[in-house]
Amino acid sequence: MDYVIIGNSIAAAGCIEGIRRADQNGKITVVGAEPYHVYGRPLISYLLEGKTDLERIKYRPADFYEKNCCTLVKGERALKIDAQKKRVTLSGGAVLPYDRLAIATGSRPFVPRIPNLEKYEYHTFMTLDDALKLQEKIKTVPNARVLIFGAGLIGLKCAEAIHKSVGEITVADMADRVLPSILDHDGAEIIKKHLEGYGLKFLLSTAANPDSFDFDILCVCTGVVPETELAKECGAEVGRGIFVDGKSKTTVKDIYAAGDCTESYSEVTGKRAAIPILPNAYIQGETAGINMAGGIASFDSALPMNAIGFFGKHILTAGVYEGEAVRAKSSEYRKIFVKDGKLKGFIFIDDFKRAGIYTALIRDGGDISGVDIDGLAENAGLNLFPKNFRDEVLRAKN
Amino acid sequence: MKKIYVQEEWCLKCRLCEYICAYANSGFEDIAAALKDKPIRPRITVEESGKISYAVSCRHCDEPSCVKGCIAGAISKVDGIVKIDKNKCVGCFTCVLSCPYGAVAAGPDGAAMKCELCVENSGGSPMCVKYCPNRAIILE
Repeated sequence: MDYVIIGNSIAAAGCIEGIRRADQNGKITVVGAEPYHVYGRPLISYLLEGKTDLERIKYRPADFYEKNCCTLVKGERALKIDAQKKRVTLSGGAVLPYDRLAIATGSRPFVPRIPNLEKYEYHTFMTLDDALKLQEKIKTVPNARVLIFGAGLIGLKCAEAIHKSVGEITVADMADRVLPSILDHDGAEIIKKHLEGYGLKFLLSTAANPDSFDFDILCVCTGVVPETELAKECGAEVGRGIFVDGKSKTTVKDIYAAGDCTESYSEVTGKRAAIPILPNAYIQGETAGINMAGGIASFDSALPMNAIGFFGKHILTAGVYEGEAVRAKSSEYRKIFVKDGKLKGFIFIDDFKRAGIYTALIRDGGDISGVDIDGLAENAGLNLFPKNFRDEVLRAKN
Repeated sequence: MKKIYVQEEWCLKCRLCEYICAYANSGFEDIAAALKDKPIRPRITVEESGKISYAVSCRHCDEPSCVKGCIAGAISKVDGIVKIDKNKCVGCFTCVLSCPYGAVAAGPDGAAMKCELCVENSGGSPMCVKYCPNRAIILE
């Protein structure tokens, strides 16, 4: 069996490990456009901060490809998928035949139409090369005034990454609050104040136009879009992302997809959506790999969830912020959302103890109508789950 | 691979397991130096709900959500034990967000921490099992 994986990030790593769970012998070829060993993309901000380095940023040990009997083709792009003849053409000219193909092309920075942007050099902040290029630029401009468009996860991580090595940072966003994708208004205020304490300046509800600002370095951190062209061209159904089912299959025979390039239906949210977060990328990739190799795996319980920190303040969130909001009295900001007797979402700032139990409650959709909601906002335990579940998890076989 | 199991009918809610766990992982030889007048950071939690109580620690899952969700590739399962490589962990706490048993927490050094069956700390073998006065926590 010949497996080809396009992309060499987290979904690809999951796919490799998934294939090897079911097939020890098939040939795996991984095509990565970046000239690197698989690394954790969210770690680029930690790299610039000096909290990790080029060695530790590796997502898997140095012998990962070797141990999994994979051929890694680095620094090349897949140009075309021929789904009829089942082969992939690479930018270097090689043609790779496949029996099963996984598209794990990830996403690319989304740069909206910004007036006058074409007049300026600007940076994005998604890949290791983006980070290294920004770091080099900062070295050439002492006390640089940095303007960041985008007060979301990427923009604020970028700001944290560089704040010690630049003069000042201004973050502008059309939204009326920071981190609008994960925080409500009150939570966002807490984080904004915290960041202002580190010297960041914010211009919210502000249209992006570089002509209106004085700056030395410009970063455009306005989100990402799924990289779907290859899939589209070979006839796969593509919405915002490449559509995959619970087995990570696309609509084209023997072609799977995983990670940020996809969208899928979630039993938890009841919606078809792209949820570009790292845990999903790994699990979808692993699911794809197992199924590609003839095993059985499915994943249909994706939900939005994020754990992120800025200057020592941590934010853990999951689900949707619908229904009744209940805040814990004992914490600065620990809020849960309950609707129709079910936990729908939560926002925890700093006090995030046992957050995963809440995530599991959202995912399982369990009935909590008999539960003391004020108490639940404060803390959670396995007593929230049925006794037979607890017995199964905790108890020795009798 | 042996796992830690809990027999809730024998748990006395004494929380000795929490203290002994915090001590074993503290790096201190002297238990008073490790625990006295300090917030303790156990990797096992006694839950109480009405009349029942039981201790919860890492289940070393067959399909570990913490391993799959770790953004740094810092968590791996080796010889049946789910371990965190503190050198790689960047302290984002996606693992805390992912663990359905609430068995991962923030450690004192900014990295995540969880039960690693005392294989690398001063205990050598699970101290909660060894010191549970009513044998409610067992390894089998």
